[in-house]
Amino acid sequence: MKRRNEILVSLITLIRKEIKRYLRIWVQTLVPPAVTMSLYFVIFGSLIGPRIGTMDGLDYIQFMIPGLIMMSVITNSYANVVSSFYSVKFQKSIEELLVSPMPNWAILVGFIIGGVSRGVLIGCIVFCVSLFFYPSFTIVNPLLTILVLFLTAILFSLMGFINAIFADSFDDISIIPTFVLTPLIYLGGVFYSINILPDLWRNISMANPMLYVVNTFREGMLGVSDVSIPFALSMIIFFIAVLTSACLILLHKGVGTRQ
Amino acid sequence: MSQFALEITDLKKTYDSDVVALKGINLSVKEGDFFALLGPNGAGKSSTIGIIASLVTKTAGTVKIFDIDTDLNFPEAKRLLGVVSQEINFNNFEKVIDIVTTQAGFYGIPLKESKLKTEITLKRLGLWEKRNEQARTLSGGFKRRLMIAKALIHEPRLLILDEPTAGVDIELRREMWDFLKEINAQGTTIILTTHYLEEAEQLCKNIAIIDHGELVENTSMKDLLSRLDVQGFVLDIDKALDQPPSIPNFPITLEDSTTLNVAIQKDQSINDLFDQLTSLGINVSSMRNESNRLEEMFIEMVKKS
Repeated sequence: MKRRNEILVSLITLIRKEIKRYLRIWVQTLVPPAVTMSLYFVIFGSLIGPRIGTMDGLDYIQFMIPGLIMMSVITNSYANVVSSFYSVKFQKSIEELLVSPMPNWAILVGFIIGGVSRGVLIGCIVFCVSLFFYPSFTIVNPLLTILVLFLTAILFSLMGFINAIFADSFDDISIIPTFVLTPLIYLGGVFYSINILPDLWRNISMANPMLYVVNTFREGMLGVSDVSIPFALSMIIFFIAVLTSACLILLHKGVGTRQ
Repeated sequence: MSQFALEITDLKKTYDSDVVALKGINLSVKEGDFFALLGPNGAGKSSTIGIIASLVTKTAGTVKIFDIDTDLNFPEAKRLLGVVSQEINFNNFEKVIDIVTTQAGFYGIPLKESKLKTEITLKRLGLWEKRNEQARTLSGGFKRRLMIAKALIHEPRLLILDEPTAGVDIELRREMWDFLKEINAQGTTIILTTHYLEEAEQLCKNIAIIDHGELVENTSMKDLLSRLDVQGFVLDIDKALDQPPSIPNFPITLEDSTTLNVAIQKDQSINDLFDQLTSLGINVSSMRNESNRLEEMFIEMVKKS
């Protein structure tokens, strides 16, 4: 019981530290996504959107909102964990955790909750911004929306954690987001339905994991999707399980953390 | 209850680069001891400490902290251990008070209690006035104190310090020595690595010397120093000389006109030297060791190994 309480206290300490970290630098962490997404809504939603017409039977700006929220959640949950965990490695303050009796799973959970909280918070901010441009937006399936929001934030926080474990320089933590995540997100149905693509590109798009995340979230918010929801949810949960196991094994072996 | 604070058996470490850092170290440190672990750069000191603190994974061997095998119950062993690393290992942009309070939290100390402990520890180390400053604004000496505060926040029974006074000025070093002596007197076992051999000589009761991943000596400080065959002394005299005085069996050289260097064998009496100098009309106004005694011994041992 005593041990359990100690672990809980150490976990809360880490979570509090992680949340304080990104709130302290809110101008760098919370404001930029709001500004960037406002520009997307102005340019693609209000200016170009009416010329595009409808997408899957919805106003273009309405179609775009779930995609842009998901894009913010993915990039911010990933960025939070990769930068925070790599920074503690770089500054050697990871030793503060490693010398303590905290179990590896608590260290992982602490960083993941930090990433999830930032991803979800940014998702909420972007949703609030979207209401300025499309006030009549209503969420069709709130339960599915919230479920996908959290699962996505967990999944990409885990990816950020693995990236940080293997990173040896600040270049290493920007390569994946720049050259892998961003292209996959842009080509993952944020701005369009894959139904408008020729067969070849539609089939190629089906291999993009972002497509499933974005479309499942869109199903929750708008009730429209290009993919099977049970399949997409199963895949997200499967990958969360795989990545969690991978993180725990890496921490246990001390890869990237212990010499 | 074990009488040993630390027991290391056949500890081996080979890094991924195939560098063999430890070749099978056996070492025991008694509870309440003030123990020095010495060795040249790359000897394996930091690898040993890293393994004890779980910052480095071992290749083979066992480590027991107060009889708790770290392979079987590392969390419990860690609770008894405090480590002051060689390099700064805190977020420089955080406030001093937050760094220490957070470290207490990682040890499972509830926030209310950790705030109280932080206040006591910071006051004890003269850091309380600086509690709201970002760590990056502290001087090198205060950063070292902060490292010690972090390591002591959970009141460990064994404290390991890896070169704690490196780059610290003499005044602060002396203050740290006093502080370490005080907590050792209160019952905390201390293991120290240092490059300042005078530090080890001043503070430590027992000593181990490690070189090329092997233990080349493990004994008491008194025993080690008693093995010195020759000691060099510097004598300041009140009379200017052109050439060194000739005294049988005492090789003397002139450093300058009023300073003599003399080598005295272990079995020789220093009183004989003084008597003979007095008979030559030379009075000694002050005397000091030519160099640190332990340093001479250390160099000799490392050369042999």
